Amino acid sequence: MTLPAWNELTVHEALARLEQGDLTSQELVTTLLGVIRERDQQIQGYLEVDEADALRQAAAADQLRKQGHKGQLLGIPLAIKDVLNVQGQSCRCASHILEGYRAPYDATAVERLRAEGALFVGRANMDEFAMGSTTENSAFQVTRNPWDLQRVPGGSSGGSAAVVAADEALAALGSDTGGSVRLPAAFCGCVGLKPTYGRISRYGLTAFASSLDQIGPLTKDIRDAALLLQVMAGHDERDATSSPQPVPDYAAALRKDLAGIKLGLPREYFIAGMDAEVEQIVQQAIRQCEQLGAAISEVSLPLTAFAVATYYIIACAEASANLARFDGVRYGQRVKDAIDPLDMYTRSRAAGFGTEVKRRIILGTYVLSSGYYEAYYCRAQKVRARLRADFVKAFQQCDALLTPVAPTAAFRLGEKTADPLQMYLSDIFTVAVNLSGVCALSVPCGFTSAGLPVGLQVVGPAFGEETILRVGYAYEQSTPWLERKPGRFL
Amino acid sequence: MSYLADIGLEVHVQLQTRTKLFCGCRTDFGAAPNTLVCPVCLGYPGSLPVANQEAIRLTVLTGLMVGSRINSLSSFDRKNYFYPDMPKNYQISQYNQPLCSGGALDFDFQDQPRTVRLRRIHLEEDVGKSIHGSRQSRLDFNRAGHPLMEIVTEPELHSPAEALAFLLALKQMLVYGQISPCNLEEGNLRCDLNCSVRPEGAERLGTKIEVKNLNTFKGVHDALQHEIERQTAALGAGGKLVQETRRFDSARGVTESMRIKEEEHDYRYFPDPDLPSVTLAAELVKAWAELLPEMPRARCARLEREYGLPAYDAQVLAADKHIADFFEETLRQGAKAKAASNWIMTEMMHLLAKSEMDIRRVKITPSALADLLKLLDAQTITAASAKTIFAILFEKGGEAVTLVAQLGMEQVSAEDTLERWVREAVARNPKSADDYRAGKEAALKFLIGQVMRLSGGKANPQRVQDLLKKQLE
Ligand SMILES: [Zn+2]
Repeated sequence: MTLPAWNELTVHEALARLEQGDLTSQELVTTLLGVIRERDQQIQGYLEVDEADALRQAAAADQLRKQGHKGQLLGIPLAIKDVLNVQGQSCRCASHILEGYRAPYDATAVERLRAEGALFVGRANMDEFAMGSTTENSAFQVTRNPWDLQRVPGGSSGGSAAVVAADEALAALGSDTGGSVRLPAAFCGCVGLKPTYGRISRYGLTAFASSLDQIGPLTKDIRDAALLLQVMAGHDERDATSSPQPVPDYAAALRKDLAGIKLGLPREYFIAGMDAEVEQIVQQAIRQCEQLGAAISEVSLPLTAFAVATYYIIACAEASANLARFDGVRYGQRVKDAIDPLDMYTRSRAAGFGTEVKRRIILGTYVLSSGYYEAYYCRAQKVRARLRADFVKAFQQCDALLTPVAPTAAFRLGEKTADPLQMYLSDIFTVAVNLSGVCALSVPCGFTSAGLPVGLQVVGPAFGEETILRVGYAYEQSTPWLERKPGRFL
Repeated sequence: MSYLADIGLEVHVQLQTRTKLFCGCRTDFGAAPNTLVCPVCLGYPGSLPVANQEAIRLTVLTGLMVGSRINSLSSFDRKNYFYPDMPKNYQISQYNQPLCSGGALDFDFQDQPRTVRLRRIHLEEDVGKSIHGSRQSRLDFNRAGHPLMEIVTEPELHSPAEALAFLLALKQMLVYGQISPCNLEEGNLRCDLNCSVRPEGAERLGTKIEVKNLNTFKGVHDALQHEIERQTAALGAGGKLVQETRRFDSARGVTESMRIKEEEHDYRYFPDPDLPSVTLAAELVKAWAELLPEMPRARCARLEREYGLPAYDAQVLAADKHIADFFEETLRQGAKAKAASNWIMTEMMHLLAKSEMDIRRVKITPSALADLLKLLDAQTITAASAKTIFAILFEKGGEAVTLVAQLGMEQVSAEDTLERWVREAVARNPKSADDYRAGKEAALKFLIGQVMRLSGGKANPQRVQDLLKKQLE
């Protein structure tokens, strides 16, 4: 039997080997850096990899292990979406406006991972300021889907998903505002978790839409998602919206059957216009859950049709204020020859932001303007409250919901860039989860005839992570999808 | 035709919290530029605000002092506009749901009691400071994020003098409540005002003109004076006024237009998603109310009652919280009430006025003053020596007992020394001696003064008088 390539290991597999002494963190990182050098030319998943720094971190972790230190992630390298602050690293949010900016502090999630021994080896590409569903909105490069280089990896955490799928990372962090972890996870065939709003501190996550943003892991299996969540979750006094709810033992919730679990299928999520092959694959996955012991029933989320419009109004409104700080005054790019502050703002921002970011700032400014505020922002908040109530009601009837993650598998590069509205519809099954603040994950559930992965979305109530991880784990362990790798790299 | 002015004030008060409103940075004044900053108050990407509970408490206390309704639910909003000294390009403020609504401030104006109603009191963050040079501007963010309480009055003031009386009463209350040190020179108190005039007897208010950013009470007074004259003259000449915002040029004593109503910012207020609503349980507000500090009127009454001070003394001392504090501390250090009151009201206030100083900055401590008064009471020193020592303590500080010893100012009561000075004084002033013998009492006073001079102020005046009388019999 040949040894597995170290870069193909999951986090928990690598940890077992590190603990047994079969592997050092330096060997692991060295292998990974070689793979990145070889594959990322094609994939373009990383914006930056500081090899020397990665090896330094690995050497320090090996040293600590030798000294008897334990850490839940000691010596494990992670890829970090370019939206999260890691002290000393650049954090440009894939935008020209933040060129030259280096994070002066660690995000709380990063700090907690670091305290458990994790290493931060590279900055993963993304849609600029997390605005997009394909990662094509990055100001720097277009990331390719490892399963088909002519297709998008999904977004906005497309770099994170692609490097995990291509085995250029063991696991990665992303952020999910309207599906930005789950959609790329589905398109790239990895696991993506969007925790309950408030479960992981947002401190250090550059804000897109503050009431919707959550950090989430992208991993090769459910056990890794549970492990990363375990380390990052919990109250943070630096984030007033983080929850004081105690953090359970997520690994303990993982079981191979679904006996006694009630799963709901929201009627409005199985709609005409969905790709037939994707629908058939998701239906097959639902039957598999039933065979594992779950009881399946239909539920209703009546306001689903309004979720995308509601989402874009609220997300853009918040973004228009959140992105006002990028003005060239304190950090990032500033035009050199401004004649006054207004000139400095307008020209720095015009040059620094991409089209989609500008579109959303303008949209958000508009919906908050006097005369339009009531009709758009206020009404959207009312719809949001009712959407949330619908979810609460649905979870009185079942423990979790099963839905597709997206209506299609990964589409071609450039296919939807011309039509923003078409693009926004790829979020149709994911945004309501953020508006309601509940948790959800995407787990691979099969492949189309073209060989593209499809994701099954498991949605749980607020702080129902144990349930959705259990469902995801039982399903994953009973199906062969994890064993498939993107062919060209074998 | 005569016109009536209607004036409203928006007073911005820096609260005396140890740390900023949304981060842990200190609020010290006068630190080197950009040393009291962190990712939060600099608006760095990913940083988040967490509300300072002490700032909320101080705002609620202010509301309680003026009888506001304390709202059990209030929230923070984002006020959006671009300015280089505002790190996030939005200010976290309170728009729809302030901490306190309504209330009123009672004060005396020209010996008449007055009440001005308040509209609201809310909490917001301060901005940084722009330092403009000829070719470039620099920014200091130390002040950015300092908690700022905004008190908004109804337009119920009618003259510059009345506005000034209101502000002085407000300042007195805020200092008493330990809400803010209210040092104007440190920018603790800043005002916006609105002012309109209408013909006497007219029901409807005139066209509202706002004047922004007044940093001194004199500025408020002068800006109002100018506005009322300007508006009255315009209307008197048959002209019309437009609703606008103006700024005050203190050097020229005039206001000038900044922008008219149509050019006003659309601040696009919306609830700040980073900050949960503030909920205040009734029991908590009640507990805070019970800890409300003593207010000026109550203190005045207590000074009279507790120390037997005359009403006049109590009023003078209680007018300034820090002077009253100094007085009571002096008593705790063993001084007698009336003596301490006399010395503070005369010597202390005289020197404070002369040096334009705040009592919190003087070098003399209450214990030094108490010691000094004890020495005087025990006739160890004379009143004249005490004055000299007081002046030294005021300027340089130190211990009264040490100073008396250093300067050799112990009062002289030794009979032979006193007799020598008395003989010398009489010998040098035979005319005065004759006058006294002829029945002129004033001559005795003159001779006592001469003895005191010979003694360098150290002679016991009572003993000198007795000896003089004996000598001249
Ligand atoms: Zn700070």
